[in-house]
Amino acid sequence: MGGSLNINHLMFLGQGALWTIGLSLIGLIGGGIAGFIIALCRISPSRVVRLLSAGYVQLIQGTPLLVIMFLTYFGLPTLGLTVSPLTAAGASLTIYVAAYLGEIWRGCIQSVPRPQWEAAEGLALSRVQRMTKVILPQAVRIATPPTVGFMVQIIKNTSLASVVGFVELARSGQIINNSLFEPFLIYAIIAVIYFALCYPVSRISRRLEARDGPVRPIIETA
Amino acid sequence: MNLNLDFAAILERWPVFLDGALLTLELAFIATVLGALIGALGAIGRRSSHPLIARICGIYVESIRNTPLLVQIFLVYFGLASLGMKFSAFTVAAAALTINVGAYTTEIMRAGFDSIPRGQIEAAEGLALSRPQIYWHVVLWPAIEKVYPALTSQFVLLMLASSVTSQISAEELTAVANYVQSDTYRAFETYILVAIAYVFLSLIMRAGFWLLGLVLFPRRRRLGTPL
Repeated sequence: MGGSLNINHLMFLGQGALWTIGLSLIGLIGGGIAGFIIALCRISPSRVVRLLSAGYVQLIQGTPLLVIMFLTYFGLPTLGLTVSPLTAAGASLTIYVAAYLGEIWRGCIQSVPRPQWEAAEGLALSRVQRMTKVILPQAVRIATPPTVGFMVQIIKNTSLASVVGFVELARSGQIINNSLFEPFLIYAIIAVIYFALCYPVSRISRRLEARDGPVRPIIETA
Repeated sequence: MNLNLDFAAILERWPVFLDGALLTLELAFIATVLGALIGALGAIGRRSSHPLIARICGIYVESIRNTPLLVQIFLVYFGLASLGMKFSAFTVAAAALTINVGAYTTEIMRAGFDSIPRGQIEAAEGLALSRPQIYWHVVLWPAIEKVYPALTSQFVLLMLASSVTSQISAEELTAVANYVQSDTYRAFETYILVAIAYVFLSLIMRAGFWLLGLVLFPRRRRLGTPL
């Protein structure tokens, strides 16, 4: 039918893999910035801000990423906003990752021992100084292993961008399959590439956890 | 920007959404029950003194946890087809979700098993309990009790992840949404309503697991420790 797998197909898959990495970075950076804001809002002194950010987390964590992708890509144009697949995928990942990283980081900030907060207050540091000089440097160390672990989830979740036509690894596999009709072989190759991307990150995360002692189990998304 | 939202046109299709939601819950239920079973066996396997069994269980867990569910679903779907076996999309979806959640459950259960103090197992051996008895009374149930919150979160996430099976046209909630939005051209309203439906489904599941926890762990209920 469509010939056999050749070097051009593999090059195409390689390009898709690069986009997977690129989209993962967009999700990590965008979601990281938004997630940091969410984490700070979750421990804000203002009750309204706390409630709103908690509502955001509950809402996003109760919705599949796939539906968020569909909502941004197909939903926004019906409101008159046209979005490219890259914008839709990047925005969806940012919204999604922010809810999870925000919640992980809130836990990390709050697990900095209570006396550290009190000592900083006793030294008459302002709220901002307390955060940037005392709490956050310690929280970053606690947060590193679960954050690296969550990066694996981000890489895997970028595969869902294929449903809005963004040509990352999974989508480039589908495109090649449409001409070769060898689904099992092609998806096996795709799975191996994803494994090669994710497994080293998983190993690093586990080594960090071993170094820093056991942390609370983090929930993994499929 | 023309804000011209019409939720009524979508809401009047509630029977198909209800069918989709029920199928989503059905998929989640099957995968949860079978996945919990695989998870318990997998965790026992990973602690096996037989290196080959421990190895195989390890490879299973790592290969599932480091690849996307979407690709796993395609592999099961096309893999079975290329072997000449024809199954309905629902069966394939349930199988893929079970294989997927089984690996995550194995990992959580293993953490639970590891948290059982060595002395408890030695005490059970001292009381001349058999190996299956030790696993059942001293390791398995106390371990499940410890990791119950992590397990239930994983199963709720599994229900959300079942939306991915819409890609092989299992007729669950997301697939129904795709169909309705292509029929009505009201994508925004459709997916907003479906997102709300998923939030409700996850609340229902959380409530269900909370009740199940009260039944499964009466000791906790008596002590009043929250799950």
